[in-house]
Formats: sequence, C-alpha cells, structure tokens
Amino acid sequence: MAISFTLNGRPVTLDVDPDMPLLWAVRDEIGLTGSKFGCGMAQCGACTMHVEGQPVRACSTPLSAIAGQKVTTIEGLAGRVAKAVQDAWVKHEVAQCGYCQSGQVMSAVALLTENKRPNDADIDAAMQGNICRCATYVRIRAAIHDAAKTVRA
Amino acid sequence: MTTMTKIDLPQKALLASRRRFLQGAGATSLGLVVGFHWAPRNVMAQAAGNPTMMNAFIRIAPDNTVTVLSKHLEMGQGVYTGLATIVAEELDANWAQIRAEGAPADAKLYNNLAFGPVQGTGGSTAIANSWEQLRKAGATARAMLVAAAAEQWKVPAGEIVVNKGVVSHKSGKKASFGQLAAKAATMTPPAEVTLKDPAKFQYIGKSVARLDSRAKSNGTAQFTIDVKLPGMLTALLQRAPLFGATVKSFDASKAKSVPGVVEVVQVSNGVAVLAKNFWAASKGREALVIEWDETNAEKRGTDQIMAEYRELGKKPGLPARKEGNVDDAFAKAAKVIEATYDFPYLAHAPMEPLDCVVKYDASGAEIWAGDQFQTIDQMNAARVLGLKPEQVKINTLFAGGSFGRRANTVSDYIVEGAEIAKAIEGKESIRGAPVKLVWTREDDIQGGRYRPMYHHALKAGIDAQGNIVAWQHRIVGQSIIAGTPFEPVMVKDGIDHTSVEGAANLPYAIPNMSVELHTTKTGVPVLWWRSVGSTHTAFATEVFLDEIAAETKQDPVALRRKLLTKHPRHLGVLNLVAEKAGWGKPLAKGRMRGVAVHESFNSFVAEVAEVALQPDGSWRVEKVVAAVDCGIPINPAIIRAQVESGIGFGLSATIKPGISLKGGKVEQSNFHDYEVLRIHEMPKIEVHIVPSKEKPTGIGEPGTPPVAPAVANALMVGTKQVFRALPLPEAVKSA
Repeated sequence: MAISFTLNGRPVTLDVDPDMPLLWAVRDEIGLTGSKFGCGMAQCGACTMHVEGQPVRACSTPLSAIAGQKVTTIEGLAGRVAKAVQDAWVKHEVAQCGYCQSGQVMSAVALLTENKRPNDADIDAAMQGNICRCATYVRIRAAIHDAAKTVRA
Repeated sequence: MTTMTKIDLPQKALLASRRRFLQGAGATSLGLVVGFHWAPRNVMAQAAGNPTMMNAFIRIAPDNTVTVLSKHLEMGQGVYTGLATIVAEELDANWAQIRAEGAPADAKLYNNLAFGPVQGTGGSTAIANSWEQLRKAGATARAMLVAAAAEQWKVPAGEIVVNKGVVSHKSGKKASFGQLAAKAATMTPPAEVTLKDPAKFQYIGKSVARLDSRAKSNGTAQFTIDVKLPGMLTALLQRAPLFGATVKSFDASKAKSVPGVVEVVQVSNGVAVLAKNFWAASKGREALVIEWDETNAEKRGTDQIMAEYRELGKKPGLPARKEGNVDDAFAKAAKVIEATYDFPYLAHAPMEPLDCVVKYDASGAEIWAGDQFQTIDQMNAARVLGLKPEQVKINTLFAGGSFGRRANTVSDYIVEGAEIAKAIEGKESIRGAPVKLVWTREDDIQGGRYRPMYHHALKAGIDAQGNIVAWQHRIVGQSIIAGTPFEPVMVKDGIDHTSVEGAANLPYAIPNMSVELHTTKTGVPVLWWRSVGSTHTAFATEVFLDEIAAETKQDPVALRRKLLTKHPRHLGVLNLVAEKAGWGKPLAKGRMRGVAVHESFNSFVAEVAEVALQPDGSWRVEKVVAAVDCGIPINPAIIRAQVESGIGFGLSATIKPGISLKGGKVEQSNFHDYEVLRIHEMPKIEVHIVPSKEKPTGIGEPGTPPVAPAVANALMVGTKQVFRALPLPEAVKSA
C-alpha cells in the first residue's frame, strides 16, 4: 500500500511495508542519511525527526502513522531557530563523534521553537531522550542557552 | 572515494621512496622512524587541477586547500583537528585552508609508531606518536615550497617568508601553496629540517576550530552506516544466545519469504540475512529458526564467576610488583586495613553500532568502516577472503564512537562482513554485491568484548604514627591480551600489563609493596574499554587510600602530597585541582568533596567531585573539577572536551549497572536496561590544564579513571560508609 507524506517540504509516496519505521524509509528508500540508527526502540534519540513540528523517534514510528503528515529531517531543517542552534553547536564545538548530533539538534530546535527561554530543567526535560556516549551534555546545554539568546534577539 | 583514486599514483611513488628510506635507515632505536624523507623524488609533473601529494601526510590542491591525511581514526576525540594542527603549525599554513581525511590502510606509511608495524588507533597514542613525525612532515613540505619559490623567482631560499599560507619575497613576489605545490613536490626534500621554536607557535596551544563541527551539526558527516553503493545489500547476523555456542542447524524458509530478503547464509558466528534494506533484513532475521549447539558455551552467571574470583583473591597471585617484604611489615604493623572491590563487565555501547561495508571479488576487496585497527583488519579480512592483505583496501570513515570497541585483534565485525561477502560468491545474482553489515543495539549489548569483570583485594599495614608501611594489592580477572598477537609484547611472566596498569605503577611512597595478579578464564570475550586497566585499578587504589586516610584521620589531599613527593607531575595536578576546587573550604549543607589522582597513558589527571546528598539518601554529582597534565597542550579546547567526555563516560559506569549474565545469557539488551548517562545526570565540569614543555601525551582516555573514585570518596565523607563496588548505590544511608 502506497503511503504519501511530505518530507522536507516535498511530497513523497512510498510503496513499502507500512510497518517499516519512518527512519528506515527515509534512510534506505529515500536516501537521506542524516538521521541515525542508535537503538531501534525510542531509547536514544539519534533518529529524531519532526512530524508536524513535534520531535518523534523515527526508529519506532511506523510509516503508516505519518501518512499525510509533514516530516522534517536534519537535511530539511531551516529557519531562524535551526540556524541559531546549528551555529551554536559549531561555536561551542558540541560534536565529538557526532553520530547522535543530528538527533540532538532536532530535539534542541523543537525545544527552542516552543520555548525561547528554557531553563536547565526545561533543557533536561527536552533533551533527556537523546543519549550522547561522548557525553557532550555540558556543551549541548551551553549551546542551547546560547542559541536561545540568538533566537530572542 | 574519488579522493582515494586520485592519490593512487603518487602513493606508489611514495611507497617506493619509503622503502628506500627504510633500507637506508638501518636499525633505528625504539623502532621509531621519522618521516621526513617521504616526499616522492620523481613525481611526474602534476596535471593542472590535480592535487599534489607533498608527502604521505600532506596533499595540496590547486584550489589551495591543504588536506592532512590522518593515519588515526576520528571517533570523536578530535584527532583530525589535532594532527592537522601539528602539520599546519610547521607548514605555516592558514588554518582556514586546512582539511583532514582518513589515510588509506598502509602500515608502511601509516603505522602507529607506538604499535610498531601496525596501523591503528588506541591507548591515547595518536598525538604522542605523531608529534615528531608530523612536525617533520610539515616542516619538510614547507621547505620544499620555499625551494620551489626560490627556484621560480631566482632568489635565495633564505630570503623567502612563509606566513599563514602565503609564500613571499621582499621583492614583492608572492604565491599560494596551491600555486607552488606541483613544482614543490619535484624538489629534493631536505635531509634535515629545523623545527619551529615553540615560542613561535601560532596554532599549537591556541585552540584552533575543530574541522568537523559543521558537518557533525547538519547531518552531512559520513559514517559507515551512511555508505550507499550500487547493488548493496544490508546484512544482519543472528549470533548465538550464549558465548561459545555454534549453529547446529537452521531453517531459513520463513526468513526467505519476507519481502526484500535476498539470501540467507551461514558464517562462523551465526546465520546472516541479506536484504534490500535494513527493515527487511531485520524482519528476516526474526523469522530465522536456528538450533544452537551449546556444548562448549559459557553457562555460568556473573554471580558465580565473581564468587570464584573472591576465593582467588584470598590467595597470592603472580607478582606484578614486589618491593620490600609485605608479610614482615604486616606482622609488625600497628594496624592492618583490608578491603575488596568488585567491578562488573561493561559494554562500550558506541552510538553507532558496529558496522562495515565489504565489496569483494576475486581481484580484491574494498572495506568501508570506522576502522580502528587497519593493519590487523586487513590481515584478518584477507585471510577470510583468500587475498593478500594489500589487496584489501580500507576506507576509514568517521566512527560514531568506539571507546575501544572497534579495535580488536580478531576484527570481529570486519571478519563477519568479509565472511558474508565471501559466502555470496557462489550466488550468481548477487555475486560481488557490496554487503553492509549492521549490528543492532541488541547485538552490541549482548555481543561481548566487554571491559572484563574484576575483583580486587587490598591490604595495608599502618605504623603507630599513621604511616602506610605495607601495601598488598591482588587483582583477579580475565586478560584482554592473552591469546592475541599482542601477547608476546604485552604479557610478561604471566602478567598482562593491561590488567595491572595503574596498580603496579602506583606512585605512592610505601616501603613494602606487593601487587599480584590472578588471570582467570571465562567464555566471555573481553576487550579494552576507554582507559583499560585504569577503569578499575584507579578506583581500587584511590578509594582504598581514602579509607586509610579516614582510618588514620588524615586529609586525603595532605596524605597524597606526603606520598607523592617524588612524583612532581602527579603532585602538580593534585595541587592545581585542590586549589581550583577550593579543597578544604566550607561547602553548603549536604555537599561533600572527594579527590582522586591517577596517571594513565603518560598523562596525569586529578579530579575533585562535589556531591549533593539529600536527606532521603539520594545523591547527585553536581560538579567535577579536573586538572590535567598531558604535556604540551596542542589544542586546549579539545583537551577540555576530551576530559569532559572522559568524565561523563566514567560517571556513566559509576552510577549505572554493568553487564550481568545468568546461566551464561547476557541479561541486558538495549538502553532501557543497559542504561547510560543522560543529560540531567551530567555535572558541571571545570578543566584546568597544567602548562608544560614536555612532549604531548594522550587525552582521549585519561579523564575517565579518576571520576568514579572521586565520587565514591565524596560519598564516604558524607555518609561515613565505604563504597567497594561499581556501580555505586543509587541511594545511600545518610550519616
């Protein structure tokens, strides 16, 4: 059964197993590989995408669940908040191995889109689902606070 | 991999010149060969538009970009930036023109000088072994650019100035590296080069910007899991449920009926499903029916294995260090203190699970991987594929973390990929198809090669004045090195250096000392895990020392100072961290500090942890202050990042349970039951770097060992209890 949705602003239709997770549909069928596989059970956040602006764990979201919806991946990230977050990530040299960082950036952009002045507790709540084994958490926190300033300015 | 293709020709020239150099060099002390003769002498004229290999490490393109070929894997530790910094410094390049990429697998050009004839990354050696080599490579290339300009402009080389990538002469003549490179590569490399006076360093010590930050913030950084090749199949391998079990029989019929599944093959470690995409491979793997032969499998649980270790810890082991006579000293001591410490198996759990792409046909093989042990992986893959090692080309990509996991002497994941690629040789429709092997998180957590489980038994003799007069330390656990090609070098008289490092070289001035080892055997495969032996020896020694301090009513920092008078670098970091953490100054109610100091990989780190203890016994690490001495700091920002990372990694194992086995079966499977540190558990971190003129040493690992003992020592202060196992309890009884 063909499933249609909007990916990074463009309509796509895939005729694949409707149980196929959004992550693998985007990576293997469409070929966008910025979103990463880390656990396959919504535990680590490396696969985070936005569906209708909300962060979702694409590894555990079946394609059937996003029919007709707007999906944004790291490749389609655009706008003021995204730029502020990504620039802050570079400025603070957040990434080490970098594998989890697409997911971290997606979660951070979702947070700052909703909340332009997050405190540490807000950051903990929004980012707790994103594991970084390099433990870049100190810099993630600093970069989010910094990006928030840019977004507010 | 077009860049790899482009350098093929100069590469051959380089090899030839390298061979000449080696022949001419004769026996070099310590096996340390420096690479300033590596520039090709007779490189054919470079066609316009082609980049020029100045030597094995430096490629200059006509667009004026300078690419540093990193012989070391970039797995997050910042090595591309660090190595490029050393080159850029001696080359007098402009940092903005610098790029970095993984060097090809070639042990003749790219061996780790600390490993001998092996290309690989580990032991926090990347910067240390490359320091002199890359300074000379940079200085040599610079001299050749200058010589080219001198010849072209007909001016004396001594009058030419190089500054931030611009070569110039007082006459007003000027050229970029890109304009001069092709000619420069034909110049005779100088036999000797003068290295820069460190006082004139522009980049070293100045925290130049990481080269990979942007690509790792916008999803464009390429990892192995992102490789896509025409006709590529994704493979998932069903491994045995118990370590040491083998396939008895299997039924692939249901798996093969899953849409997208292309083939099912048996290999040494299990049964692999090949499919058009990951999802199909995963559904296909679930549909496999496999009967396992568990005759030779490890069937013990970790409780049982640890009980056996505890019995061994009561008996003398093989000597790793012996000074004076501990038995006499214990007999005469006013007081004897004893303690034992237990450590679980730990999985590395890098965020990118193990993966590789293998493309194989009779003419050769090409591998894409976050490859950490190129020479060994080349040999193991060649053996499986019936090729010569040099017929196995390895493209080293970014690794999504490793922490030691991707460097193993049996090349487990590479061999699996190679075996699967070989197994489809006979299947006409997919013969030669590239195979991408992906481990799932469950495969990773349950797949073994853990930090070994250890038991430590310590005993100290104290005289009437409170001095430590005897120290006996018994370590019980598996050897990481036994049975590997490293055994002849790293196991001496039955002592695996990695089992006792951090204990056998204890720096404290104690007259009678005995460090002993019981090497055990289990069916559980083990491996080095960020900071290796120090992951457990630092905890046992530093916590035991604080137990002694408490018993003898001495301040932990004062006691260490007294015992470290002959170790200025230990003392240096200890004093710096004590000052910066405000050691001895009053803290808010419910707050307490603990300290630990430890040397690993020739770097020295002291950490003070500040813990907040709640009345209900729950606790949290609020802050860690670290002082590090890793010689000349190449990039202070990356050093700080690595220490933050090392502390977070160590703290994860301080507060989260490890791997346990029941009836031989691993009880954890994914991040829900093998938990790792998350953002809300990360403390504030301050890193202070000791200024140094010593040669640079490693920083990827040394931040890890001191954190667990520093935290346990803080909790001991707050609770008057002792903490003798990792992980520490989630809640403690308040004092």
